[in-house]
Amino acid sequence: MSEVLVPQHPPAHRWISAARAGDATVTQAVADPLFTGFGKIWWLALLITLPFVLWLFVAIAWLFYQGIGIWGINSTVVWGVAIANYVWWIGIGNAGTLISAMLLLTRQRWRASINRFAEAMTLFAVAIAGLMPIVHLGRPIYAYWLAPYPNTMALWPQWRSALVWDFWAILSYLLFSLLFWYVSLIPDLATMRDRTPHRAGQLLYGAFAMGWRGSSREWSRLQTLHTTMAALGVPLVCSVHSIVGLDFAASLMAGWQESIFPPYFVVGAMYSGFAMVVVLAAAIRWGLSLQAIITHRHFEVMARILLMASIVMFYSYATEWFMGWYGGEHADREVVRFEFTGTYAPLYWALLACNCLIPQLLWWPFARRSLFILIPVAIAINIGMWLERILIVWNTLSHGYMPSLWRAFHFTFWDWSFLVAPLGFFAFLFLVFVRLVPSISMFDVRELAHQEAAA
Amino acid sequence: MTAKLVAEFLDGEALKAAPQRVHTAGHAALEAFGPYPIEGLAEQLAQGRSAIRGVMLAGGLGTAAFAFALLWYSAVIDYPINSGGRPLNSWQVFLLVPFEVGVFAAALAGVIAFLWSCRLPRLHDAMFEIPGFERATQDRYFLLAASDGDPNELRTVLRDAGAVAVTELRTP
Repeated sequence: MSEVLVPQHPPAHRWISAARAGDATVTQAVADPLFTGFGKIWWLALLITLPFVLWLFVAIAWLFYQGIGIWGINSTVVWGVAIANYVWWIGIGNAGTLISAMLLLTRQRWRASINRFAEAMTLFAVAIAGLMPIVHLGRPIYAYWLAPYPNTMALWPQWRSALVWDFWAILSYLLFSLLFWYVSLIPDLATMRDRTPHRAGQLLYGAFAMGWRGSSREWSRLQTLHTTMAALGVPLVCSVHSIVGLDFAASLMAGWQESIFPPYFVVGAMYSGFAMVVVLAAAIRWGLSLQAIITHRHFEVMARILLMASIVMFYSYATEWFMGWYGGEHADREVVRFEFTGTYAPLYWALLACNCLIPQLLWWPFARRSLFILIPVAIAINIGMWLERILIVWNTLSHGYMPSLWRAFHFTFWDWSFLVAPLGFFAFLFLVFVRLVPSISMFDVRELAHQEAAA
Repeated sequence: MTAKLVAEFLDGEALKAAPQRVHTAGHAALEAFGPYPIEGLAEQLAQGRSAIRGVMLAGGLGTAAFAFALLWYSAVIDYPINSGGRPLNSWQVFLLVPFEVGVFAAALAGVIAFLWSCRLPRLHDAMFEIPGFERATQDRYFLLAASDGDPNELRTVLRDAGAVAVTELRTP
């Protein structure tokens, strides 16, 4: 593993802990492991994720063959794990672009170390999220009916339906994220092209670098494009998760039809996404020995954002409870009571512990600086956010307007499959990503190192 | 006849100072290359503003307008469904899809405009023939300058500006 960038204690600079981080050393530290290989640990990790990939494909094949009855859904709780997964994954998927774009627009220089893999996280998470509504459709062969195209049935999509909004939001967002990620990858692909000792690498990286020379014209055009895309990306991300929130809020169900849902979903997305970035940053930092570029300060600022988001989440929950009571609607009050005391109450309390209570540890500076505390907190947040998504679905559907229809959801093996296997699939995709493209934006870190040295 | 020379520098500061010296000596600094965006270089080289943002705006608004027209036509003219007495032209919800596809189209238009304005993708470039130019994407800085007069004079100017190597660029 690379030991060219030596981290120092105390850190030599604010965001780069090595005393000297020249252009050559940054390039070497990030790019060279990709040529020499990652050794046994990477292969072992890939081997562990492979069965999950297979499991996911088997689960999807069985679902397509058998239908959605293999899940624990029933005629009352018609939504289940797939929808919760969809919301959770798209939440994680939102964070990468949101983080990268927002930090770029607010000139947070430390984004240089995390933007690349956060954006990759977005791509994979959104791709997985996009699968979920399709497997949930019941008749997935007709998924293309969501697209407007001239057809012999003379039909058009129902534009007033939240499902159609979802389709366009996810499609636009996935393609946008791909472009946003690729645009900032071009200079690094050129570095890889010029540095790789292998002919095949030169051809492949060269093809994707498209003849980038690093001229000042190219740089200035790239920056114009990238910042403009970032400015467009922030409202896009907010709109995408707002539309996901509208899937619920545009209905007439108690506990769902709340005007707070769109912003509350956006904050939740940022919250779970940042938690995931913390976990992935720790993994990349350790796996690629990048302690000098991803420093404790990076974790500290991310921890502060998590803390802030946890407070906003708690405020959102409290608003939901208050409005449930204040609105005076019997069904709304019943749903809130059911949340705290009903069938899924233990999960609801676990959600509140994970999302609101445990993150309060981050008020203490030592907790923000210690990865041994921060990583478990981040994982707890991700669990809590998944529980939140599934409970939004379950509580309302299990406890609707008609008491004779009240039923609970019971997990089946295939529910577990769709919950666990995508995590392995995500890890698989991420492992392939870190092996093939630089997981840290080299040119951004070079620029950061120059600014740090000058400061 | 114009001679084009490529000077190699060890750091960005030297590169940043070089165009000024080349201009003062009466030669032309055409282009600079480096492994990260150096602030202020594009202005020094008088490379003008790009039209990328305008293209993005046009592409985004155009696509959004088209999407809105499609939604309106399909829901009001071609396939009117009375759904719970709601107005056929429920334009408020017809804004969501145009917004999403409009942002994506703006990004796509921007990427195409960017590639167009940088003449990418390109299979080959004369700069790639310069020995050591592969380090322009790693840790070295290059300046492309042209002289209408004596190329040796320009060579001296570049050397004085801190260039560690000066190579002549041969264009076919």
